[in-house]
Amino acid sequence: MAEVHLEKVVKKYGELEVVHGIDLDIGHNEFVVFVGPSGCGKSTTLRMIAGLENISGGNIRIGDRVVNDLPPRARNISMVFQNYALYPHMSVRENLGFSLKIAGKDKAEIEAAVDEAAAILSLTPLLDRKPGELSGGQRQRVAMGRAIVRHPDVFLFDEPLSNLDAKLRTQMRVEIKKLHRKIKTTIIYVTHDQVEAMTLADRIVIMRNGSIEQQGTPLEVFANPVSTFVATFIGSPPMNLIDGVVKGGQVVFSDGTSLPVPPRYSAAEGQRVQYGVRADNIMPIGHALPPEEHMAELDMTVSLSEPLGTETILFGEISDTEIQAKMLNPRPVEPGETMRFQITLDKCHLFDAESGVSLRT
Amino acid sequence: MFRYKLPPWLLLLLPAIIVLAAVVMLPLLLSLYSSFTPYRLTRPDSLFKWIGTYNYEKALTDSKFWAAFGRTIVLLTIALNLEMLLGLGLALLVSKVTRGQRALRTMMMFPMMFSPVLVGFQFKFIFNDNVGLVNNALQSLGITDQVIPWLVDGKLAMFSIIFAEVWTSTSVFAILILAGLYAIPKDPLEAAKVDGCTSWQTFRHITLPFIMPFIYIAMAIRSLDVARAYDIVQIMTNGGPARRTELLWTLIGRTGYVDAKMGYANAMGYTSIFLAIFFTVYFFRKLTSARNELGMGG
Ligand SMILES: Nc1ncnc2c1ncn2[C@@H]1O[C@H](COP(=O)(O)OP(=O)(O)OP(=O)(O)O)[C@@H](O)[C@H]1O
Ligand SMILES: [Mg+2]
Repeated sequence: MAEVHLEKVVKKYGELEVVHGIDLDIGHNEFVVFVGPSGCGKSTTLRMIAGLENISGGNIRIGDRVVNDLPPRARNISMVFQNYALYPHMSVRENLGFSLKIAGKDKAEIEAAVDEAAAILSLTPLLDRKPGELSGGQRQRVAMGRAIVRHPDVFLFDEPLSNLDAKLRTQMRVEIKKLHRKIKTTIIYVTHDQVEAMTLADRIVIMRNGSIEQQGTPLEVFANPVSTFVATFIGSPPMNLIDGVVKGGQVVFSDGTSLPVPPRYSAAEGQRVQYGVRADNIMPIGHALPPEEHMAELDMTVSLSEPLGTETILFGEISDTEIQAKMLNPRPVEPGETMRFQITLDKCHLFDAESGVSLRT
Repeated sequence: MFRYKLPPWLLLLLPAIIVLAAVVMLPLLLSLYSSFTPYRLTRPDSLFKWIGTYNYEKALTDSKFWAAFGRTIVLLTIALNLEMLLGLGLALLVSKVTRGQRALRTMMMFPMMFSPVLVGFQFKFIFNDNVGLVNNALQSLGITDQVIPWLVDGKLAMFSIIFAEVWTSTSVFAILILAGLYAIPKDPLEAAKVDGCTSWQTFRHITLPFIMPFIYIAMAIRSLDVARAYDIVQIMTNGGPARRTELLWTLIGRTGYVDAKMGYANAMGYTSIFLAIFFTVYFFRKLTSARNELGMGG
């Protein structure tokens, strides 16, 4: 059993504070993904949990032990690094068995554990090769194998897939998910790829500038982003945000068009806001999902279309802001064609223009 | 006009080839040839008398030659290992220092900046039995009231020479090993920590394999150096007392220039070159296999 608790964890490099008091409780067997743009402190936080970076304030507990001052070897964690960090002078077999050898396990036991891990990750035919003789994906699997042989309390992954090509990344993503189901261990996974985060996580932790911006299940953060930052970071294509002012229950944009304030949102009269609508919720009539309870319509001129096969992404403009819309059952669209779009208001969002905070009630 | 033009590559290389031939090949061939003659510096005409392998046979059966040979190997073994251990320790310490590392690195190289002849004189004074620093210090501290014959007793003299060698050249190892330490990627070290290694285990299983190639390079360089050790020994003991610190090259130098038997000296010289070649080949083999270990081969 290993829960991981972060209490007001702070990291400073000299005067520079890069992690500002993070609070986070991670349950046993939970798959938590830290996601955020480059430099937001994901790796630093992960490395503090690993013990590779000392913490400048707060507490980290693994299980019921405070591990603040314990060296990595006393924490019973294992880590998969971004560039694999395999031992180049050891064969795959030795790489996998290294931690057990260090722990003083006997030969037979090490061999059994290595064989088991190799079987799980289909590494058996590669056991006698050196890391230099492996492909990127194979190295990645060795790195994971090295992490699982020990049956640690917690797995830490730091962008393990970022050096792989797109196809292999998708494949390994599935492998990791299967692995988690098989070995049932707490996993903390760092990535800046929101697709990876959405697909893998039980819970997503979105970080920004050294703080947690929002956490929740992938569907929660997708459906209810607390800020424009989360709204544009999670989901692809990113949410459209249009500047406007609230006037009598409507949000009026600079070109005079307006949309109603979405249900469950409230804003003061005259407040400057950003109207958020995902491409999935603005579709041309006749090529859209069936309407829901609250709908609105407007005309938009299509400047560009990107056919993807089952759907087409349409680019247009509302009050000088570029808008991406989605077209189902696509037909060819000429640039310059003006179409009428339906907007699913139940799935629209409203954010304060100054702070970017969601105005959801 | 040239009828047959030389190919341009040969033409371009020609100056280098001529210079090399004049500076390297000619003396080499001449000395090799002279080792088959009874050439004495005092009797130039002896250069033209061919005596076959007589000089080589004489060298190989000469107990003085073998004694010097053995002593050179002993010196080489002890000095290299000591320098390696001390250099490693020094490099590890310096690599841990966070402030003033640059200054330390420069200071570490000071001993290398002195001419070996000066180092010889310096240690000759330090180990002098009457006025030397060591004996005076030992006596003033009351550790001994004897006059210790550092450079006179055979074993002590060898110790003193080794001490001087180690003092001058430990930094060669230290610098090269330090370069090796800087070159180690950070990731495997961190992975080892996470895998449960103590500092010692990390050093033993990760750091050491990574710096082995550097150690072998230093070994190769220094083995050549020590195998031709001459100046420090010449100054400190002049091969004495009674030839008890005679090394290969002091013996060869004495035979060639003092006894004027140049032909014989050259024969001994060529024999001892095998020693140098052996060590070089040995350490390069080791180097190659250590690099292969790390997947750097090719
Ligand atoms: N040794 C260091 N000294 C000073 N600042 C550092 C150090 N290491 C990291 N930082 C700073 O800490 C912040 C967080 O870095 P971190 O590596 O955690 O980012 P990240 O979220 O993992 O980014 P990426 O997605 O690019 O890996 C960055 O602004 C970085 O500049
Ligand atoms: Mg990172």
